[in-house]
Amino acid sequence: MRKRLVSMAAGLAFTGLSQVVLANGWNMPVGVTDVSREIHSLHMIIFWICVVIGVVVFGAMFYSLFRYRRSQGAKATQFHEHTTVEIIWTIIPLLILVGMAVPATATLKNMYDASEADLDVMVTGQQWRWRYEYMGEEVSFLSNLATPRAQIDGSDAKDDTYLLEVDEPLVLPTGRKVRLLLTSDDVIHSWWVPDLAVKQDAVPGFVNENWVRINEPGIYRGQCAELCGRNHGFMPVVVKAVEPEQFDTWLAQRKEAAAQEAMGVDREWSREELMERGEQVYGTICASCHQPDGSGNPPAFPALAGNQTLMDDRERHIDTVVNGVSGSAMPAFRSTLNPVEVAAVITYERNAWGNETGDVIQPSAIAEQLSD
Amino acid sequence: MASHLPPKPTAQYEETAGGGLAAGAPHAPRGMMRWLLTTNHKEIGTLYLIFSLTMFFIGGIFAMVIRAELFQPGLQLVQPEFFNQMTTMHGLIMVFGAVMPAFVGLANWMVPLQIGAPDMALPRLNNFSFWLLPVAFLMLLSTLVMPGGAPDFGWTFYAPLSTTYAPPSTTFFIFSLHLAGISSILGAINIIATILNLRAPGMRMMDMPLFVWTWLITAFLLIAVMPVLAGVITMMLLDINFGTSFFNAAGGGDPVLFQHLFWFFGHPEVYIMILPAFGIVSVIIPTFARKRLFGYASMVYATASIAILSFLVWAHHMFVVGLPLVAELFFMYSTMLIAVPTGVKVFNWITTLFRGSISFEPPMLFALAFVVLFTIGGFSGLMLAISPADFQYHDTYFVVAHFHYVLVPGAVFAIMAGVYYWLPKWTGHYPHLRLSQWHFWLSVIGVNLTFFPMHFAGLAGMPRRIPDYALQFADFNMVTSLGAFLFGASQLLFVAVVILCIRGGEKAPARAWEGGEDLEWSVPSPAPLHTFETPPDFKPQQH
Amino acid sequence: MAANGDQQARQTGVRRTVSRTLVVLAGMFVFAFALVPLYDVFCQVTGLNGKTSGSAQSLVHADMDTTRTITVQFITRGSPGLPWKLETDTRQLRVHPGESREVVFRFRNQGEGPSLARAVPSVSPSEASLHLRKITCFCFQEQRLAGGERLEAPLVFQLTPDLPDDIKTVTLVYTLYPVEQTLARRYLGFISEGDQA
Repeated sequence: MRKRLVSMAAGLAFTGLSQVVLANGWNMPVGVTDVSREIHSLHMIIFWICVVIGVVVFGAMFYSLFRYRRSQGAKATQFHEHTTVEIIWTIIPLLILVGMAVPATATLKNMYDASEADLDVMVTGQQWRWRYEYMGEEVSFLSNLATPRAQIDGSDAKDDTYLLEVDEPLVLPTGRKVRLLLTSDDVIHSWWVPDLAVKQDAVPGFVNENWVRINEPGIYRGQCAELCGRNHGFMPVVVKAVEPEQFDTWLAQRKEAAAQEAMGVDREWSREELMERGEQVYGTICASCHQPDGSGNPPAFPALAGNQTLMDDRERHIDTVVNGVSGSAMPAFRSTLNPVEVAAVITYERNAWGNETGDVIQPSAIAEQLSD
Repeated sequence: MASHLPPKPTAQYEETAGGGLAAGAPHAPRGMMRWLLTTNHKEIGTLYLIFSLTMFFIGGIFAMVIRAELFQPGLQLVQPEFFNQMTTMHGLIMVFGAVMPAFVGLANWMVPLQIGAPDMALPRLNNFSFWLLPVAFLMLLSTLVMPGGAPDFGWTFYAPLSTTYAPPSTTFFIFSLHLAGISSILGAINIIATILNLRAPGMRMMDMPLFVWTWLITAFLLIAVMPVLAGVITMMLLDINFGTSFFNAAGGGDPVLFQHLFWFFGHPEVYIMILPAFGIVSVIIPTFARKRLFGYASMVYATASIAILSFLVWAHHMFVVGLPLVAELFFMYSTMLIAVPTGVKVFNWITTLFRGSISFEPPMLFALAFVVLFTIGGFSGLMLAISPADFQYHDTYFVVAHFHYVLVPGAVFAIMAGVYYWLPKWTGHYPHLRLSQWHFWLSVIGVNLTFFPMHFAGLAGMPRRIPDYALQFADFNMVTSLGAFLFGASQLLFVAVVILCIRGGEKAPARAWEGGEDLEWSVPSPAPLHTFETPPDFKPQQH
Repeated sequence: MAANGDQQARQTGVRRTVSRTLVVLAGMFVFAFALVPLYDVFCQVTGLNGKTSGSAQSLVHADMDTTRTITVQFITRGSPGLPWKLETDTRQLRVHPGESREVVFRFRNQGEGPSLARAVPSVSPSEASLHLRKITCFCFQEQRLAGGERLEAPLVFQLTPDLPDDIKTVTLVYTLYPVEQTLARRYLGFISEGDQA
């Protein structure tokens, strides 16, 4: 009777504990794609196999430790070989492994089939942001960390989505197969969203592919998974999955907006307009390295405030932003920023934080430079 | 059970002509010069162990900085660039400065004693390979104060982060790794030469204690892969300073090639850090179970198969780098295979305990904790081997939990077990029992508090090597940090135990542990400076 | 004396062991470097990293497999510090295996002075690189362009009919990288003056 109670209590404790451990936030997410479900169930199968082996092995061990204590007068029985037993415990694990390998192989084959995608998205890693390009759609944008500095240094309270929020998420349609092409502009990054079970390295000079078909609309958050330098921990991935119709509307709007901004290139912009747009661009793109107050982080990231070399040489300033600096962390923004943004951010940098050059750079001048 | 102990020590240990292969100088210098110039395997062993302990604490301090920063979300103590330097230096120092030299130190002390040799085969080389280490690690540590800071690209130093985008101190990092590598290679040559040529007459290969066997196999691994590491870092040096493009896509190179080369070295390196641990545990468990090791021959074969397999599994560290399907499958299967010989070892240890006469002295406590906790690390290793699941595990704290389970309660606990086991032989005194027990229990609790929650953090999606994290990981990290502080602090007890044991304590006889059957227990405790100048009379056990 | 003889034998044994391990050591060091070309060969045989052949290949004369149509996409990318542009009007093509097609790419140096650059190719999925034959490609050599100069260069390629059935889309990516005139390269003579497209 007492034995039964004890075993029942132990059983209850065990199920209770496994409930807690397997609850959300403690375990691998099931995710929202067929592949992520498959991976999750694979993970759980192996986990339980390990638990069973563990119970048997540790059970035998603790039994021996308890039963054959010298303090209880145990005498050693000398035996040191048993060929049959040794062969059995080589064969059985082998069979268990084969049992694990079969479903794993099937899942892997499925994961590698990126053919016949409905949409291709190019994902480019940059220190320290992602660039998304909807191939053949003329829509591309950068996706930066949106968590304010004040939350990171602790002067503001942290949001629920602390460090997992971006200024512009990657928008994808549900139910369609999306092929992701991944590469990098500088070091190796790794694009990871746990709910989509996609983790793929972005290697400079090479292209990797992966694919995803999302079953449920929602916002899915992840992070860069490969150490990529200083702000590796501040390079989130956010995917917003919407119904296909909504996606088509969104894509059309993005194309429209891009065309609108392109038209803005031709008109004369006022200093105030440029400063306002420039501050916005600076905040999302430049501030992570050069700091919001332009003080930089030398030697890797030079200060912009009071940077005499740049202030004296307007052409060089433009060239640096447009073409980047070889062998340094400064990327080329020629294909990621439009002429309006380039002109605005340079105007801002040349007139903020005590830089009083009074220069106003017109988008049309930049556009001319970019196209010739 | 009759023991096969050789005759009791006699006058042969007194000052005799510096015979044998030991180049003992007749007029040994005193003080500092004695330690600087010593060619005695015991003194060099001691130097290695002291060096390793020092590095263990320096690397430990870096770990404490990491854990303090990660105690709660947000950036409080250090900037991200310094955080990256800490993770990098912690890894490099622990792997190359603490764990590897500790095993070499134990080998220096114990291999000659266990095979009945008067000294290592190449005593002067032995001195040289030790003194390379302090030079190497002073150079490595000095990068912390260089402009641009210390290496910040992780202990795996993936290109191009470690080449095109690396701080200027990288060249010093490369040189220091070269020196440490040369030191390991020379140490390995010495150990191989000693084991193959200096065994007591009558001791066949299959009579050697398992610690000697595992070290022999480890030394071959070192000879095979340290030159590859040297090659890789030489290529980095050329890429950085001489404009070549081994790993630079711009010049036709391939960053992924770096990872293939690194892990071709790196995976065997992982086993270099665990095989001698298997050896130590395999000599301690029989001693305190008062029973011969079960399946001696299968232990040797299992160790050899693990070593051979270690050359065929490297790309399991690269499952998400974009390998073709065939490669993923090959490396998944080969990695899973490693579970078989590893399982054989665990089963053998447990069967050795079965129907033994078990007592729980401090070395045994550490060895038993090793078996349990290393096996847990083995389970997570098996999970990581499943390539599709690895797409979720890769580069998360699940991986950090895995390799710390095999390295800390694995390799480090085995080293501590070895130290507790052989301290009576080295000092002539038993380590303080109560303190040792406190050290053990606090370490076990600390280690599990530190590393177990990391499994959950990783599964929940926390990437490794980040200085700040999202809020859902906060609880796990707080527990981990507290565990780490506990584990770190309890290692001070270890130092106390060792110092007390050197200074005094209960006197130990030649055979300090009742069940100790190997040759080292036939010489007096403390072991005199020169032992086995006349080879002992070795009578093998019946296999 | 026997003991002395023993010692002699041991010394010889040690010497033999040491010289053997030294040979293995040297061998492994050389092997590490040999792995670099071996890896390239391995990649070309297995299509491991999606690198394509660095030199012109001949057209394979085979019947066009009109039952299958493959989408071939072209992506061009720049890189930091290089004021160059690489473009093509052909974003994607539909081809049959066995068919050879030509695509024209435009280079433009938007900088002030002359500079050297190379377009580094990559293919996805990497297995496709085994079945992609480049008959002519601007990526085989470095390009030298004066400030403001333009250049049109063709790519003539063919997908061989033995392309696996499961590959339906092939993406060719060309990333422009600056060619740095480092001392080593100049002294080793990798770049000769006439080396132009």
